[in-house]
Amino acid sequence: MEWLNILIQGCLLGGIYALFAIGLSLSFGIMRLVNIAHGDLIILSAYAALVVTQQTGLDPISSLVIVVPVMFGLGYAVQRGLLNFTLTGGLLPPLLVTFGISIIIQNGLLQVFGAYTRRLQEGAIETASLQLPGGISVGVYPLIVFVVALVSVGSLQLLFYRTGIGRAFRAVSDDADTAELMGIDNRKLYALALGIAMIFTAIAGVLFAIRTIFDPSSGPIRLILAFEAVIIGGLGNIWGTLAGGVLLGVSQAIGAALSPTWQILAGHIAFLIVLIVRPSGLFPRTRD
Amino acid sequence: MTLLQTNNLSAFYGDFQALFGVDVTIDEGEAVAIIGANGAGKTTLLRSVAGALPVTRDSVQFDGVPIGGRSAHDLVLLGIAMVPEGRRLFPSLTVEENLLLGGHSKRAGAWNLKRIYDLFPRLYDLRRMPAPTLSGGQQQMAAIGRALMSNPRLLLCDELSLGLAPVVIRDIYASLPVIAAERTAVVLVEQDINRALDATSRFYCLLEGRLKLTELSKHFDRAAITAAYFGL
Repeated sequence: MEWLNILIQGCLLGGIYALFAIGLSLSFGIMRLVNIAHGDLIILSAYAALVVTQQTGLDPISSLVIVVPVMFGLGYAVQRGLLNFTLTGGLLPPLLVTFGISIIIQNGLLQVFGAYTRRLQEGAIETASLQLPGGISVGVYPLIVFVVALVSVGSLQLLFYRTGIGRAFRAVSDDADTAELMGIDNRKLYALALGIAMIFTAIAGVLFAIRTIFDPSSGPIRLILAFEAVIIGGLGNIWGTLAGGVLLGVSQAIGAALSPTWQILAGHIAFLIVLIVRPSGLFPRTRD
Repeated sequence: MTLLQTNNLSAFYGDFQALFGVDVTIDEGEAVAIIGANGAGKTTLLRSVAGALPVTRDSVQFDGVPIGGRSAHDLVLLGIAMVPEGRRLFPSLTVEENLLLGGHSKRAGAWNLKRIYDLFPRLYDLRRMPAPTLSGGQQQMAAIGRALMSNPRLLLCDELSLGLAPVVIRDIYASLPVIAAERTAVVLVEQDINRALDATSRFYCLLEGRLKLTELSKHFDRAAITAAYFGL
């Protein structure tokens, strides 16, 4: 029963890792963009929510009504005005530019907010828990986060397979040149893709900041976790990304059960094992 | 009425010049063949017209408007569609999704899913299949259908017969009169000269990026074509 508990807690922990990774998975899947600034954009969203809650008195989750559109607009603008120009010169330019964005965000946040650790307060729901049979106790908040991750992946699945714009995303991901010949404006579509990625990044950032303290330098660790989830799941596969997040969470929970100092390391070890055994991830997208 | 005109069209891949001052004219509803050996610049000519290569503004005119250098997706809106060499269907899309994607520009006109399935009935049965599971001929039909879904005024076909069995090629060429009936001009780039000349009213022969010969398809002189084709 103790192991079942560990498994459940690990799965729930994986929810937030999956949310970290969705935006990264999207931007890589659609435009092969490796966004080094992804972790910092998560933290930027958390700070955006901090400002909104302080200015309006909204609670952090309600602040998403403002933070999500703002981050969508930011993603759209950055792709349209900057990253689109880096996509034709090979792998290196987007890496360098997003690395630069990462540094700018970190130092900008440091300048404006200082190095203090912050936290978003959502109130009683943070500590509420459900008692399951067998003496297993499940936190309501981690459960909500996990459900949000599930719903996010499900809604993206619908977007990709049930809408015209999703069809266009898949086509551009397959073969950008041919998509252009079929009347798709790739640059506009890419901007939309990063905008949508940022919607999930904003949700991830706010939900993360309700349960963990953050400061301007918290981004790179989220980036690594997101990378690990994406790669474990298989590049370009959004359900795989969810599975990758859950695998990371479960590994960490198992590690923590063995010894608290093993929690983070166990996640990385699980990642390395997957990388060795299945270098293209557990569920690589079947094509080519 | 002239639909497409290239004026002294030159095209480059980096420093390599692939077309040298080519002048081509295509009338509305006309079928024209472009023939030539490997590397003669046939595909380059199509790609220049379709907006896939950077060319100067005035070197391509469509419906009297200079369109050189405009982006490919813009030109689809104006009515230029391409059936690329090797079909290039989107592998993660089903046949029907590939067709629907061809209609992304939402240009109005005679073609829609139903008419594509009337033209190529076999595609209807295969519509839920992933594009890569189709045979070469079926893929070619889907690629033509995808291009038609944008209701083009000018259809650029690159090597329709490449790698296909003769009986399949015949089926595919049988669709061209139906397409022409909608006043769509068709440009056929082919290495199979006989096939191309049968299906068109005029032809241009390219050699090493230059126009060598142009004539009515039915009056063609095999010796003249051979000379132009191989540069003898």
